Amino acid sequence: MSWHEVPEAQALGEEEAIGVVVGGQQIALCRSGGTVHAIGGVCTHQHALLSEGYVEDGCIECPLHQGRFDLKTGAPLGPPVTEGVRVYRMRSENGKSYVELPD
Amino acid sequence: MAPERIVIVGAGQAGGRAAEALRNTGFKGEVLLLGEEAHEPYERPALSKGVLLGEEPAARTLIHPRAWYAAQKIDLRTGTRVEAIAPVSQTVLTAQGERIEYSRLLLCTGSRVRPLVGANEALRGVHYLRTIGDSERLSAELRPGRRIVIIGGGFIGLEVASSAARRGLSVRVVERQGALLDRALPAEIAAHVESLHRSQGVQLHLGVSVARIHGSEAVQGVELADGTNLEADLVVVGIGIIPNTELAEAAGAVSSDGIVVDEYCRTSVANIYAAGDATNHYNLLLDRRIRLESWQNAQNQAVAAARNMSGNAKPYAEIPWFWSDQLGRNIQMVGMAEPGLEIIWRGEPGAGRCMAFGLREGRVRLAVAFDLGGEIRHARRLIESQAPVTERRLTDLQSKLKDLVPDKAARPLAA
Repeated sequence: MSWHEVPEAQALGEEEAIGVVVGGQQIALCRSGGTVHAIGGVCTHQHALLSEGYVEDGCIECPLHQGRFDLKTGAPLGPPVTEGVRVYRMRSENGKSYVELPD
Repeated sequence: MAPERIVIVGAGQAGGRAAEALRNTGFKGEVLLLGEEAHEPYERPALSKGVLLGEEPAARTLIHPRAWYAAQKIDLRTGTRVEAIAPVSQTVLTAQGERIEYSRLLLCTGSRVRPLVGANEALRGVHYLRTIGDSERLSAELRPGRRIVIIGGGFIGLEVASSAARRGLSVRVVERQGALLDRALPAEIAAHVESLHRSQGVQLHLGVSVARIHGSEAVQGVELADGTNLEADLVVVGIGIIPNTELAEAAGAVSSDGIVVDEYCRTSVANIYAAGDATNHYNLLLDRRIRLESWQNAQNQAVAAARNMSGNAKPYAEIPWFWSDQLGRNIQMVGMAEPGLEIIWRGEPGAGRCMAFGLREGRVRLAVAFDLGGEIRHARRLIESQAPVTERRLTDLQSKLKDLVPDKAARPLAA
């Protein structure tokens, strides 16, 4: 595993999301409750970028079919999604944000 | 006392989601899920999109693999058609002659394609689209250079047109009405879908009906009422669906453009519930009866029915929501089209990401998002709240749609 800087996390407003590609991985950075979460960026139901969805109360809702995932655990929160998304660890250091990815 | 047994007739998306929801809500009795098709419950949207494009295997549309049903103690019986219901003895009769008793019955009988009157369906190359089998058969025929004529300019017709165009066919769509998507969208919004198709080379024949389909063994062409003859290697008929109400009617349930159910998904017959495409339900939010042909209703009304059947009564009412993918664009709509809506665009109409709102007396009744699915939730809340909005604020791209929703407390009744 190694840490990669994600400067996009800095400017992210509350209940906002942005899609980034880091180390070839599509990731959605989402800020909710003051914390930035990093999760797999593609919905497990059908192909859609979660970063274009809707962040609220620690969840993100897919823009395509409104499937919802828990930002902390990546767990699906009901139909149509049955499979979770991956969750990546985040850390902040000296005003910079990093996401941890497998090598 | 015998254990409670809930029998679900119809193993489509609604039936599958209902069975799942029964277990999720803690129902401990027996659950039987009876379906006529050979497949486990599946979702249909991809059948006119990803599966038809050859990009998505049909197996991806299954809600759960077969083993999941056994693990959940759901007795899934595919290839099982129910012929009759005996509401007094609370029994269903299958085509195989088996009698199955129920404590409560859920009808998720869905719908079937509306046949084109006078069409010779025996001709090779004439297709309808409803099932996985239909989609796979049609997909195999979509070869570059072939000429396809699609009868019907609704969502199914246009999605087939989109898939066929992307696979290199020469595509024509014939629509009897003067505009595409006539039942679903105001003409001013549908005009932009029309432009999209024209710009991608789809030939549209609007305001003209089909006189007949030519051919001896294989289809050769489609003759229009104005005498035009369109040569064709393939014809797809997509002129709507008919709710499967016959089983319910024979059991004495009231039916009127769908099996009539209340907001608790109850039919007029004791212990018989219904959900999905086949139903016509009373919607509290809209204060009227509606029949919906949508993924949302198939899933969420079925979940609501399951909840109500397992003793956790809660009315089902949602603002209708629908999506379509055509020619690389995602179109989502929430609310209902009605005559006389004032149309206001947010963003440049039809170009890139934009939205159209349909207003009545300064309140949003319908919203359509082009490649802006993330805004649909806010649009839905605007509709639910019936908060007054001004054209100036709706069209101001500097202000967020989210901020037009008066109060976050205005949550959907059922989400």
